[in-house]
Amino acid sequence: MEIVMCILAGSLFAAGIYMLLQKQLLRVILGTALLSHGAHLFILTMGKLNRGAPPVLEKAAESYTDPLPQALILTSIVISFGVTSFLLVLAYRAYQTNHTDRMDELKGLEDE
Amino acid sequence: MSNLVIIPILLPLFTAVLMLLFKYNLNRTKQAAAAALLLNTFYSAFLVYRVFSQGPIVLETGGWKAPYGIVLVADYLSVLLVLAANVVTSAAILYAFHTLEQRLQKFYFYPLVLLLLTGVSGAFMTGDLFNLFVFFEVLLMASYALIILGGSKQQFRESLKYIILNLFSSILFVTTVSFLYSVTGTVNMAQLAERVAEVEQRGVLTGIGILLFIVFATKGALFPLYFWLPKSYTAPPSVISALFGALLTKVGIYSILRVFSLIFVHKLELTHSFFLVLAALTMLAGVIGALSTNNVKLIIAYNILPAIGFMMIGIGTFSADSLAGTIYYLLHDMGIKAALFFLAGLLAMHAGTSDLRKMSGYIHSAPVLGWLFFLSCLVLAGLPPFSGFIGKLILLKSAMLEGHYTVTGIGLFSSLLILFSVIRIFIGAFWGEHQEPKHPIPKTALASAGALVAIGVFMGIGAESVYPWIQIAGDWLNDPSGYISTVLKEGAE
Repeated sequence: MEIVMCILAGSLFAAGIYMLLQKQLLRVILGTALLSHGAHLFILTMGKLNRGAPPVLEKAAESYTDPLPQALILTSIVISFGVTSFLLVLAYRAYQTNHTDRMDELKGLEDE
Repeated sequence: MSNLVIIPILLPLFTAVLMLLFKYNLNRTKQAAAAALLLNTFYSAFLVYRVFSQGPIVLETGGWKAPYGIVLVADYLSVLLVLAANVVTSAAILYAFHTLEQRLQKFYFYPLVLLLLTGVSGAFMTGDLFNLFVFFEVLLMASYALIILGGSKQQFRESLKYIILNLFSSILFVTTVSFLYSVTGTVNMAQLAERVAEVEQRGVLTGIGILLFIVFATKGALFPLYFWLPKSYTAPPSVISALFGALLTKVGIYSILRVFSLIFVHKLELTHSFFLVLAALTMLAGVIGALSTNNVKLIIAYNILPAIGFMMIGIGTFSADSLAGTIYYLLHDMGIKAALFFLAGLLAMHAGTSDLRKMSGYIHSAPVLGWLFFLSCLVLAGLPPFSGFIGKLILLKSAMLEGHYTVTGIGLFSSLLILFSVIRIFIGAFWGEHQEPKHPIPKTALASAGALVAIGVFMGIGAESVYPWIQIAGDWLNDPSGYISTVLKEGAE
């Protein structure tokens, strides 16, 4: 199961980096979203995927999921949600000001 | 009693949130910001006194014992940096009162600055690697908003680069923390240090260390990863550039200093000699950049890089003296970089342009600005008896003692070029035919820059009284067992 998750996270990373290298701003933002999904899957996998009792410490439970990665993922998801929404607003404003959403066309705009 | 530690983080946070309630009342916002910062600065000074007289303080948040919960640690290094960050932010607020457009001040400038300070202080104080990521995000989020404050075309272009690059490195940070967790089973820095030491940093751990280094090097703008810094730091108004130049890259350097003096210290010949090479390259790239442009703000922004190179020499050399030198240089650079950005901003405002070729003879209309600029150039370049000299002396001497002659030579050479690049501004802007200034210089802004330069001068002339404190912090960093036992022993009680 860990292998499958690793491959999935790896392909998310690959897709995310491919998108990050695109010229269109919206694709770049989607790329960062994919990257953060990949990172979250990684955190989940790194804590070992166990089945069994909920992450509450009891003496009887023989196998339980590690609660820490879940807490980390939750924090990280909230942060990436906030940053992505900020980026989308920023991209919209940049589009309004610059009349383009292609990164390569932003080069020539020296306003000094 | 250990709740003392969290006040410098909470005070700016709460003030910032409260300020949002009366955002249209600019006067009250200003007063609240000034009061909160003044209080926080005095409080941090008290914390410095307290930590140096009674030892480091650890707060286990929520009462969870050390390796399990999140800890905040006020040790010798972090309290000094928190104090410096508060001083710089107070100066920035004073500078902003009369230089920043009213429109921008109204747009949440003060709350955002306080949130930035929250993130910076938190990053300095946290004893937990994942928590460091969280505070990084707090300060980055505030910086994202600050860098586009005003919304000009140039700002949009540069801020997009800045944000996307930082976002990528944050994602890399989370991934690296999860790798580290899977190998060691903890994210608490003290316990990480213990566990990495147990296996003598074998195998994959060095790889993880280098990954972490790449993350921090991106934030701290080290050699191959600095390309985003100069232009994006010059895009926003100069007070924001000053805050970024003084605080943000320093958080990256602090993280490298902490992680590579506490956790990954068992493969010195691999990691730390690699740092020395990067230090040399960063210094050269910085001075070449500073000499390549005629934009005053850009020259100052490029001058951030050689300073980072100097601090990396200290981390790479890795002896008690060189670490103390790094801390001294870090404190010196926070003050003087902010002062230089302030002065360059005032000069650009006075001249109505930031192009050096269009300036001349402003010594007649702005004598105080001119001489202050001259003085800060000397402090920056490291002429005796100012603070830059003492910092460079300690760093280069300890590098020499360890036999790193090439990097020392490059350091000396780049100091010379730093002096040349900033004196070029002084000669170009203040000598020659007098030109009509466009805008008078606000006295308060000049005073805040003057105060920071005065601190630099004091740190140099009064080095005898300042340096012993920094030496304590350097010794503390050089011997990680103090940090580990302080954090983990409280958990055993």
